[in-house]
Amino acid sequence: MQKYILKRLGQALICLFAVSVIVFFLSHLSGDPAALMASAEASQEDIEALRVRLGLNRPLHVQYWIFFSNAVRGDFGRSLRWSEPCLDMWLKRIPNTLLLAVGAMMFALAIGLPTGVMSAVKVGSWFDNFGKTFALMGQSLPVFWVGLMLILILSVHLGWLPTSGMGGVQHLIMPSFALGWYFTAAICRLSRSAMLDVLDSEYIKMARIKGVPEYLVIMKHAFRNASIPILTVGALNLVALINGTVITETVFNYPGVGRLVVDAIYARDYPLVQTCVLFATLLFVFTNLLVDILYAYIDPRIRYG
Amino acid sequence: MPDAQALEGKHDSFRRMQPHRTQGMVGTIRQLPLVPMAILAVFLICGVFGSLITPHDPNKIRLLDSLRPPFWEEGGTTKYPLGTDQAGRDIFSRLIAGASVSLVVGFTVVVLCGMFGTAVGIVSGYLGGWVDMVLMRVADIFLSMPLLVIAIVMAAVLGPNTGNLILILAILGWASYARVMRGEVLRIKGGDFISLAEVAGAGKVTIMWRHIFPNVINTLVILSTLSLGMVIIAESSLSFLGLGVPPPAAAWGSMAADGRNHIFDAWWICAWPGVAILLVVLSCNLLGDWLRVRLDPKFRQL
Repeated sequence: MQKYILKRLGQALICLFAVSVIVFFLSHLSGDPAALMASAEASQEDIEALRVRLGLNRPLHVQYWIFFSNAVRGDFGRSLRWSEPCLDMWLKRIPNTLLLAVGAMMFALAIGLPTGVMSAVKVGSWFDNFGKTFALMGQSLPVFWVGLMLILILSVHLGWLPTSGMGGVQHLIMPSFALGWYFTAAICRLSRSAMLDVLDSEYIKMARIKGVPEYLVIMKHAFRNASIPILTVGALNLVALINGTVITETVFNYPGVGRLVVDAIYARDYPLVQTCVLFATLLFVFTNLLVDILYAYIDPRIRYG
Repeated sequence: MPDAQALEGKHDSFRRMQPHRTQGMVGTIRQLPLVPMAILAVFLICGVFGSLITPHDPNKIRLLDSLRPPFWEEGGTTKYPLGTDQAGRDIFSRLIAGASVSLVVGFTVVVLCGMFGTAVGIVSGYLGGWVDMVLMRVADIFLSMPLLVIAIVMAAVLGPNTGNLILILAILGWASYARVMRGEVLRIKGGDFISLAEVAGAGKVTIMWRHIFPNVINTLVILSTLSLGMVIIAESSLSFLGLGVPPPAAAWGSMAADGRNHIFDAWWICAWPGVAILLVVLSCNLLGDWLRVRLDPKFRQL
């Protein structure tokens, strides 16, 4: 078990390193931020001076090494556009994004899980068809469109919820729902197939023969056993939420790290882009790692895969 | 089944238990998923012949006709059946033009990922050893990246145009093909026909091309159909952020982004592209599910 954990940890670190290299070199290929930042009348010498001051005149691998050694000490540089330390900017916004992610998970579990379970219990009925269609539709719609339609219906036509920004619970409802949409469909599908598998087992038949009431059969016997695959495979899908936050926060103008990435990219702000992408990958990679370890802990067959 | 019928005659109980199946060509056609295939056929036609069948020029700006609603609302005409956007361009024509963008990007990415990913998967699965280890580590690195975030950075760096978009999506997508194909190859590697071919003296490349590849084509087709939908969603998301196909070219994602500014007064600009995306991706998913059940019963739980 320890060997498996160490192996996966090593892979995670290599991946993080590779992504940092890729992003660093990519963002430096895209153009000269000094020229962007300098005012229109700046002469060549002024732009050169700016480049020296920002450290952009040194060779790329030297710049990368400086970045890396600073990063390991916790210094991710200052944003070129907003002149604040990048790490602080990211840390200020991550609680908002986490709030959104938790909201999305709550929607997904509250809507997706019961729908999937009931579809499996009543397989073949109209509810099952509805559940299957719902799951399929959920995976066929892009997040930005779900967000736009929510704004259209709930803000424009009904006026119930505000369209953007941050404030109270009402600012969270629509973005969480849009973000969790894909995850809801995935959970619905997962729980349906997991429950179908479990409901076929011998011990379920035994419980029914014994005369256990049907609701106990479903909740106490079937669901508990189905929840293991649902939990682990569902958690793997959870990381896709990181991708979704970028679009959702842009649509709803929500001050989270997803929008920070987009804003930084539009502004050609290298240090901020690097920091954000690095941390997004960090979250992604380590969530995957935790889930893999959890899965290996629960199901020993995985460790030898 | 035919043997049982021949043996037991016309009125046996076994035959009565079989559900009635329509024979012949009509029966075969009725089993196909007709609605998804029809929608995808329309998508294909719009994509290939788009410039010929649009009722209006999708890029011509006509400010006098801007922000017209769809024809069933007040102020709309049947001349612009789904309405016009803020520059007076007909939405219906732009939808058709956008289909060709999505089609080109989607098919190209799926073909590229399919070719490269399958090659890597088969080589990795069949040869094993350090080749397998190295290739799978590389694939793992690509699989562990948050796709959309990296795609945005790459698109911003390389500049928004169709070619770059295809490149980016293909680079980020091949790894999952490689993983699945490798799994398939590992599954069939133990088969007798492989050992017999090796004993007969077939070279490694011959075995991979003539024996392994035809057996994994089923999985490849299923995976390709399902990922076409995902690629279209990814392309439209990138276009929505302005990092996909550049304006004024019509792409479903950028049409939705345009519509976002007019969501209070012109809901139709951002609504219709999403409907188009929904129809196409839903059809891809339905077709993929049907193929999965038909071609490979072991995959029904995937």
